[in-house]
Amino acid sequence: MDAVILLTLTGLGLAALYFLVASGLSLVFGLADVLNFAHGLFLGVGAYATWWAAGNLPGAGSDGFGFVVAVAFGVAAGTLMAVLVELVLIRPLYSRTIEQVLVTVGLSLAGVALLQATWGADARPFPRPEWTRQVTTILGAQVPNGGLLLIVAAVLVLAAILAFLQWTRYGLIIRAGVENREMVTALGIDVRKAFTLVFAIGGAAAALAGALGSVYFGTVSPQQGGSLLIFAFIVVVIGGMGSVVGSAYAAVAVGLLQQFVNYYGTSGLGDICVVALLAVVLLLRPQGIAGKVATA
Amino acid sequence: MEPILAVQDLSVRIAGLHILQGVSFTVAPTGVTVLLGRNGVGKTTTLRALVGLTPRNGEVRGTVRMQTQTLLGQPTHRLVRGGLGYVPEDRCVFAGLTVAENLRLAERRGSTAAYDRVFALFPELQRRSRQRAGSLSGGQQQMLAIGRVLINDNRLLLVDEPTKGLAPKVVTEVAEVLARVAESVPVLLVEQNLAVVRRLARDAVVLAAGQVAWTGDAQRLLAETELTRSLLGVGSAEGHHTAPGSSHTAPGSHHAAPGSHHAAPGSGRKDGH
Amino acid sequence: MTEVKSPEVTAPAAAVPSEPAGWSRLRPFLPLVVLAVALILPYSTLHLPGIFEGALNSPGTLQLLAVCLVFGGLAAGYDLLFGRTGMLSFGHALYFAAGVYGTDILITRVGLPLWQAAPLAIVGGIILAGLVGAVALRTVGIAFAMVTLAFAQVGAILVARDFGGLTGGEEGLPLDVAGVPSGLVGVANTVNLYWLALAYLVVVVFVVHRVSNSPTGRVLAGVRDDERRIGVLGLDPYRFKLVAFTLAGGLAAAGGVVYCLIVGGASPHITSSELTLSLLVMVVLGGPGTRWGPVLGGILYMYLDHRLISVGSSGAIDALPAFLSRPLSQPLFVLGTVFILAVYFFPGGLASLAPRLALLRNALRLGPRRES
Repeated sequence: MDAVILLTLTGLGLAALYFLVASGLSLVFGLADVLNFAHGLFLGVGAYATWWAAGNLPGAGSDGFGFVVAVAFGVAAGTLMAVLVELVLIRPLYSRTIEQVLVTVGLSLAGVALLQATWGADARPFPRPEWTRQVTTILGAQVPNGGLLLIVAAVLVLAAILAFLQWTRYGLIIRAGVENREMVTALGIDVRKAFTLVFAIGGAAAALAGALGSVYFGTVSPQQGGSLLIFAFIVVVIGGMGSVVGSAYAAVAVGLLQQFVNYYGTSGLGDICVVALLAVVLLLRPQGIAGKVATA
Repeated sequence: MEPILAVQDLSVRIAGLHILQGVSFTVAPTGVTVLLGRNGVGKTTTLRALVGLTPRNGEVRGTVRMQTQTLLGQPTHRLVRGGLGYVPEDRCVFAGLTVAENLRLAERRGSTAAYDRVFALFPELQRRSRQRAGSLSGGQQQMLAIGRVLINDNRLLLVDEPTKGLAPKVVTEVAEVLARVAESVPVLLVEQNLAVVRRLARDAVVLAAGQVAWTGDAQRLLAETELTRSLLGVGSAEGHHTAPGSSHTAPGSHHAAPGSHHAAPGSGRKDGH
Repeated sequence: MTEVKSPEVTAPAAAVPSEPAGWSRLRPFLPLVVLAVALILPYSTLHLPGIFEGALNSPGTLQLLAVCLVFGGLAAGYDLLFGRTGMLSFGHALYFAAGVYGTDILITRVGLPLWQAAPLAIVGGIILAGLVGAVALRTVGIAFAMVTLAFAQVGAILVARDFGGLTGGEEGLPLDVAGVPSGLVGVANTVNLYWLALAYLVVVVFVVHRVSNSPTGRVLAGVRDDERRIGVLGLDPYRFKLVAFTLAGGLAAAGGVVYCLIVGGASPHITSSELTLSLLVMVVLGGPGTRWGPVLGGILYMYLDHRLISVGSSGAIDALPAFLSRPLSQPLFVLGTVFILAVYFFPGGLASLAPRLALLRNALRLGPRRES
C-alpha cells in the first residue's frame, strides 16, 4: 500500500512536470500550428537562470524568500526568451509551418550547445531550499517534498491558465483561434498578438518546470529539456492539440503509467508502454482525448 | 451612383491552377449583388480573395477598390476593421464557444457593439446566449454567423452561400433577414438557390471558366430561362424547362465576351423594378 | 488541370540561364568526374593542411571520408521522405540504428557471419519501417512528425536500457570482428571500408533517382505539392507514402550496416532524435528535393561536425575572447546557427547557390556590356 501511494504521488510529480511543458506546447501548436522544438530550450533557460540567480543575483538565494526571487527570475528569463523567439524567429515565417519547425529545430540544437558551451556539459548541483530535500509522510508513504512542490505548482498553473482562457478577452481569442484561426482574423482581430502571448505563457510554464524540476532532481544539465520534450510531445498528442485540460489528463495518465510500469515491470518498460498508449490513442481517436483533429 | 466595390482584372492562382483569370465587376452601393456560376467556378475564391484569405500557396493579382481604399495585399483583420464584413461558407461559428462569446469576440475597442440591432433581427440568439454554438441548429448557426458581423457597422457585406444545407423553411427565414440587412448595407452574395436570388438580388455577376460571363439585372437573368440555363446549367426557379442542346449564344446583349474586362456593370438595372 | 509536377520542376538548377558553352556540355559528366576523383582519392598521398589532418590516404582521413559518404547517402535517402514526398519524419534514426545494432547484434551476440547478418538487418529495418509507417501514416503533417519521433524514442529506450543484455546499454557494443571478412577489419583495410561507403552512396543516389523519375515518384511529388489532388485522381496517397517510407527505412538500415563496419560497433547516441534532426539539417542545408543537394549537405555536415571540434580547440579560436571561443568550439552551435540562417536566406540550400552564382556571374558579365 505504501508503495502504491508513493508511486502515485511520484507519478503525479512526473505528470506535473510533463504538464508544465506540454500545456505551453499544446497552446502554441493549437493556435499557431508551430511544433516548437525549442520548447525544451525555454526549460533549460529557466533552470539555468534560476541556478545563476540563486548564486549571483542580489536578494536571491537558495532558501526562503530568496529562492522565490531566484525562481521568479528564472521564469522571467524563460518568458523573455520565448517572446523573443516568437517575435524574431517565428513571426517572419508566419503560416509557413515547416520552415517554422525547422527554425525551432535549429534553435534547439544551437541553444543547447550554447548552454553547454557556457556552463559545461555535465550536470551541476542545483541550489535548493533545505525542506525540498526532505520527505513528507502521507498515509505511510515517504514522499519527496520536491515532487509535492511540482504537483502544487502544476495545479496552480492549470487553474491560472484556465481562468485566463475563460475570463479574459485574449483568452477568448486564443480559444477561438485554436478552433479556427482564419475566422478570428475575419472578425477583425490581429491574431498574431495572441501568438506572442501563447509563446510567453508556454515559455513561463516551461521555465517554471525547469526550475522546479531541477529542484526535484537536485541537478541541472543542458540536455534536461530535450529528454522531457519528447514525452511532453506525446502528452500533447494524447491530450489533443490545443487543449490544456486534455494535456492535464494525458500528463497524469502518462506519468502514472510510466512510474508504475517502470517499478513493477522492468525499468524502461514504462516508457515503452507510453508510446504504445500513444499508438492506441491515435488508432482509436486521432484527435486525442480532447481538442482538434491532429492533422494540421 | 458610384459603386461601393470595384474589382478589376482579378486573377487568382492556387497551387499552380488558374482559378480566376481576369475577373472584373462592380458592386452597387445599395441592395444585393449576387455572384452566380456553376460549382467550382471560383465564387468562393473571389470572396476570399477580396477579404485577403487566399491560401499561402495562392497568388492574387489585379486591383480591388472599396470606394477609395485599395483592398488587395492588406491583412484580413485590417480589411474587416475597415468595414468589410465577411460571412464565410459553412458558417464557421466557433463551436466550442457560447453564443455570447461568439458575439463578444466580434466586439471592437473604440466602437460600441450594436447588440440591439443583432437581437432585433435574431431574438433567438439572445435567448440562447449561454448555449454552445456547436449545439445550435444549422439555421441558428447561420443567424449567429450573420449576427456576429452585424455587431459592427459595415460598408459592405460579403456573404457566402448562407442557405447551403438548410431546411426550406429556414432558407426563407435567412433570405428575409438578408433582405432586411440589405436595406442598410450593400451585400455581395454568393448563392446557389435561385429562389433566394429572385427574392434578394438586384444585380447579378455570372462567372464561368474563371471569367465574368454575364453581368446585369438579376431579375432579367432569371426571367430568361434559356440564358439562366446556359450560364448556370439549371432551369430557373419556376421550373421552366427548355429542350436540351439549346444553343450557347443566349439572347440578350449582356453576354460579355470572355476576357473582356468591361462587362458593362449594372447596365441592365434601369429597366429593373 | 490535374497534371502532377515532376520533382525537377522545383529544382532551381533548371532555371540556370545561358551558361558558358563548354560548361553546359561538361555538366552532365560532372558527377562521373567527381566519382572518378573519389575512386582514385585513396591512392593519393596528398597533404591538405587545415582540411584533413593526415594525408588523403591515411586511415584517419579515409575513415572520416567514409563516415561523410555514409551520411551523404543517409541524407539522400531521408530526402526521399522530406524533399520529395513532403513527409516530415522525426524518427529516421530508428531505421539507421536498426541497421547498425541489427548487424552488430547478429554478428557479435548471435555469431552469424556478415553476409548473413547484413541482409537480415536490412530486411529487419524494412519490416520495422513498414510497421511504424502503417501506424504513423494515419496522421499527417506535424502529428506525423510527433508520432515518428515517439516510435524512434522507443528504439532509443530499448537500446539504452539494454533489454536482454543485447545492446550493451550506455556503453555500446563493439563489433566482434571474427564474423567479418578480414578485408574489412583493421586500420590497414580502412580503404576497403571507404570503397564500401562510396558504393553505398552510389546505390542510394541511383535508387532515389530512379524512384523519383518513375511514375511512383511523380505521384510522391504530387503528394508533396497537394495531397488532395492525388486523392482526386483516384490514387491512395497512404499506399504511396508507405512505399516511400519503407524504402527510405531500408536505405537507412543499409547505411547502418556500412556505418557499423566503419566505426567497428554501435553506440547509443546513433539512436537519439538528435541524429534525425541532423539529417533534417543536412537535407535543408543541401537543398531538399534536388539530386545532389542532400548528398552534399550530408557530406559537408559530417565533415564540419568532425572538423569543428578540432578547429574549436585550435589556437586561432582559443585566442578569441571567451564569449566567442566557447560557443564556436561547439559544432552544434555553429551548425544550428548556420541552419537557421539557411532557412531564412537560402531556402533552396546549397543546390540553389549554383544557379544564383550563375545569375550573378551573368549579371556581372552582361551589365557593363549593356551600358556600353
